[in-house]
Amino acid sequence: MKLTPAQSERIAKTMIWAAALLVIGLLLFIMVYILVKGLPVLSLQFLTDIPRSMGRAGGIASTIVGTFMVTALAIAIVIPFGIGTAFYLAEYTKGNIVTRIIRFSAESLAGIPSIVYGLFGFIFFVIYLGLGWSIISGGLTLAFMILPTVIRTSEEAILAVPHIYREVSFSLSATKWQTISKVVFPSALLGIVNGVLLSVGRCVAETAAVILTAGSSYGMPTSVFSPTRTMAVHFYLLASEGISMENAYGTAALLIVLILLINVVANAFVNRFIAKGR
Amino acid sequence: MAEKKLVPNQSIKLRTRSLNLYYGAFHALGDITMDIYDRSITAIIGPSGCGKSTLLRVFNRMNDLIPSVRVEGEVLLDDLSVYGKNADVVSLRKKVGMVFQRPNVFPKNIYDNIAIGPKKHGIKRLSQLDEIVERSLAQVALWDEVKDDLKKPGLELTPGQQQRLCIARAIAVEPEVILMDESCSALDPESTMKIEELMFSLMERYAIIIVTHNMEQALRVSDMAAFLMIGQDRIGQLVEYGPTIGMFSTPKDKRTEDYITGRFG
Ligand SMILES: Nc1ncnc2c1ncn2[C@@H]1O[C@H](COP(=O)(O)OP(=O)(O)O)[C@@H](O)[C@H]1O
Ligand SMILES: [Mg+2]
Repeated sequence: MKLTPAQSERIAKTMIWAAALLVIGLLLFIMVYILVKGLPVLSLQFLTDIPRSMGRAGGIASTIVGTFMVTALAIAIVIPFGIGTAFYLAEYTKGNIVTRIIRFSAESLAGIPSIVYGLFGFIFFVIYLGLGWSIISGGLTLAFMILPTVIRTSEEAILAVPHIYREVSFSLSATKWQTISKVVFPSALLGIVNGVLLSVGRCVAETAAVILTAGSSYGMPTSVFSPTRTMAVHFYLLASEGISMENAYGTAALLIVLILLINVVANAFVNRFIAKGR
Repeated sequence: MAEKKLVPNQSIKLRTRSLNLYYGAFHALGDITMDIYDRSITAIIGPSGCGKSTLLRVFNRMNDLIPSVRVEGEVLLDDLSVYGKNADVVSLRKKVGMVFQRPNVFPKNIYDNIAIGPKKHGIKRLSQLDEIVERSLAQVALWDEVKDDLKKPGLELTPGQQQRLCIARAIAVEPEVILMDESCSALDPESTMKIEELMFSLMERYAIIIVTHNMEQALRVSDMAAFLMIGQDRIGQLVEYGPTIGMFSTPKDKRTEDYITGRFG
């Protein structure tokens, strides 16, 4: 039997739709499953108490604080270096040897599994620099881990700014720096922020690299030099060591809610920005 | 419409002397010598690829953005050497503004599109910026249309309004020369007419140089016309330069005649 083009078109469309529906359905199922299991656990006490008896009892307050501090530190470190490098690559060099070395390094770094960053952070920050298992070791390690992504997404955003905007800016007698800061940067900001938010998500969800550098002690951190346990690590330990599936689901549910929240905020930001510009 | 002059009785604003321009090994402009009058409109015409845009971009050194470009010969703005050793590109571009082919409104609101230039030159006082924005918009006859909507995104204007906004943006910097590279070619006839009227009113204060493919437009608006063409040596050259009326009624060169009567190009 031979298929007419219209028939094969229809079959292909149906298959693509089915595949998409299956994936979306699966994702929704996983999310709903975890939320249904986990949301009832989220009481005020669970959110404000620190874990007790290995996490069997108590709450997850210290892991929320730990997650926030490690992530904030990593982002604070990566923003100037990552975005600065991206601007250097996109605006100040014309494919010379330095650019190629930086780009090659960044691309190679992006493909390395996170546990290798963890090992590096453990050897360099924890042991060699004597920072111990701490928020600062974890933040620095995560900063290295997300640096390639931030560089790449920022560079893409910068290169996507129409060349004519630069020309117009120069024709208005702007200097190179004014052109970059007043025209290119605002136009690329959206893409840059999106890349950074993507990295926030990765930091929040990371386990291997954090366990090796920030540790897993669940006391309330008192400074950036305290060791900490992030929510993802807490969840991982609770589940993998069979300590408390109930609390693991509670932690996971909050993680999902957090990630959703980040996305919603990002979208709101994007939409506001678009509404302002266009 | 403004009175057409056989030769503008104005001082000379820009001069080129044996100007040669190369894109790497490619010789794009050969030996161009011409004087451009202040407070008048000069049209650069010629077939595609003959170097009109390249010549226009010599005057504000926009070609500098292309790394392989080399310029020989002399270009003078008043008595200042444009390509001289002590020339400052930033202050040159403050004096020589540019309007591009397509309306290139920044994705900002109307007010900020105009204020961006003056802000770069250190004007911070709001009252002063307000004044510049109003004056520039009034000069392009856009003030009455947008004065209640200054915070509206510039990209929401019609293409014709956007192009006038771009002209306002260029004159907000208070240039002395305005370069327009086919600035009407993307617009409808009505918007084109508005911009042509605008050119006449701006001509009283600025030297305007336009590139156009539209012979009627060149004849309508310009005082002087420069006809460029690629010669036998593949180099863009100035075939004929003189008062527009003279060139269109009695072209001196056979090639000019063929071009303006539409026989080629
Ligand atoms: N950036 C560039 N690099 C190399 N050659 C160029 C560049 N820009 C223009 N040219 C060449 O210079 C010649 C003149 O171009 P242009 O000034 O744009 O012509 P016009 O504006 O008259 O159509 C053309 O042959 C074009 O291919
Ligand atoms: Mg051109």
